Amino acid sequence: MDWQAIGLSLRLALATTLVLQVVGMPLAWWVAFSRRRWKFLVEAVVALPLVLPPTVLGFYVLIAIGPRSPVGALYARLTGGLLPFSFAGLLVASVLYSMPFTVQPMAAAFGSVDRKLLEAAWCLGVSRAGTFRRVVVPLARPGIATAAILSFAHTVGEFGVVLMVGGNIAGVTRTVSISIYDQAQSLDYSGAWHTSLLLVGFSFVVLAVTYSWQRRAWMLWPPH
Amino acid sequence: MKPRRGACRRLALWLAALAACAGWARAAGAEKLTVAAAADLRFALDELVPQFRAAHREVDLAVTYGSSGNFFAQIQNGAPFDVFLSADVDYPRRLIASGLANRGSLFLYGVGRIVVWVPAGSPLDPAGLGIHLLEAASVRHIAIANPQHAPYGRAAVAALRSLGVYDRVSPKLVLGENIAQAFEFVESGAAEAGIVALSLALKPGARGRYWEVPQDAYPKIEQGGVILSRAPAGPAAQFRTFLLSAEARRILKRYGFAEPQ
Repeated sequence: MDWQAIGLSLRLALATTLVLQVVGMPLAWWVAFSRRRWKFLVEAVVALPLVLPPTVLGFYVLIAIGPRSPVGALYARLTGGLLPFSFAGLLVASVLYSMPFTVQPMAAAFGSVDRKLLEAAWCLGVSRAGTFRRVVVPLARPGIATAAILSFAHTVGEFGVVLMVGGNIAGVTRTVSISIYDQAQSLDYSGAWHTSLLLVGFSFVVLAVTYSWQRRAWMLWPPH
Repeated sequence: MKPRRGACRRLALWLAALAACAGWARAAGAEKLTVAAAADLRFALDELVPQFRAAHREVDLAVTYGSSGNFFAQIQNGAPFDVFLSADVDYPRRLIASGLANRGSLFLYGVGRIVVWVPAGSPLDPAGLGIHLLEAASVRHIAIANPQHAPYGRAAVAALRSLGVYDRVSPKLVLGENIAQAFEFVESGAAEAGIVALSLALKPGARGRYWEVPQDAYPKIEQGGVILSRAPAGPAAQFRTFLLSAEARRILKRYGFAEPQ
């Protein structure tokens, strides 16, 4: 079993989830509460990775972070490194790829917080940021947890994007899905079988725990 | 609510009708022949396939490109291909041994050659530096095909070893799923250099320079094809004969495949 690839996938999923919590939360807040007329455009862009083939995303990411693009050139000037075929490059791709899995559950959770509670907090003189931190986030906690778990699980299961931008370097970009693909391609069916089984078990446990935990969470904080 | 449901149903009907038309248009053609071809053949076949189609209008030829190892695994699991053009003659041989391909249909259509390739904008000169180009500090990534399942990847690693640079350059290696992806990594600028098939370096519109790796530095990449047991006998044999014709050999040679002995 390719433990190195399994470890890498877990690290990538964890990093992606953390970045998405930070980046996704304000975006979800904006999506939930903004009244701009062009909000639907932002929502559509955020949801694009749900419908685009990962190959499309991977292909564009490879070109966008390559040394010939402005983004890639800027990164090279700042860090001296290159994004393609690196962990940072995979992280960029994964964050884009899992964005809807963070923003959508979070925005739904934020949106379902009772507006009266928000207005009450404002009337009591709590700032908008304070209201968000002390009223919205506690009430939306199940949604935030769902966002984190779905992003994590989705990144562990990522394949097409990694295949397009990763370059299959052991310990750097060879994630567990790529490792299984390699095993199957080189006819190592028993290896592919074992790693796949582990992944099926892992995914099942993560989702089962999420759903059971959410049910309890909903009992503590019933939806209105 | 009601008119909306009507619209949905009408849309569904339209889509169904469209799908039916598309299916019918394909079925109305003649006998189907599906070819699985190694990714290095893409550009040579772009030229060969129209010629075959012109000569055999009754055959509906479709070509799929990919890594030979991938096709081998798929064929073992019942993939619906009729002819398999592998980058490595070993895979067709194993298919014959396991009864999935016709004994006696094995043929060699070319010998693959590998080159060190850099894009046109690269400051490095492959002709002068040869294999040592890969050791240059400005080369941070070297794209090759995955040696685990792509014959060109195995050839690249063998060449790096026999030319004595493998230990120094192996940390820079990035692996394409097949030789075409390795080429794409370099062409897109993401990797500074690569070891790719000469057939790709010679593709129309390729902007880059190369140095050919001496053929004695790696085991011969004998490219072999085979007719699979499930194939319709006539068209498959016609395609095999066509690929072995003098005209096809001339085109294959132009795309960087040496003549098989």
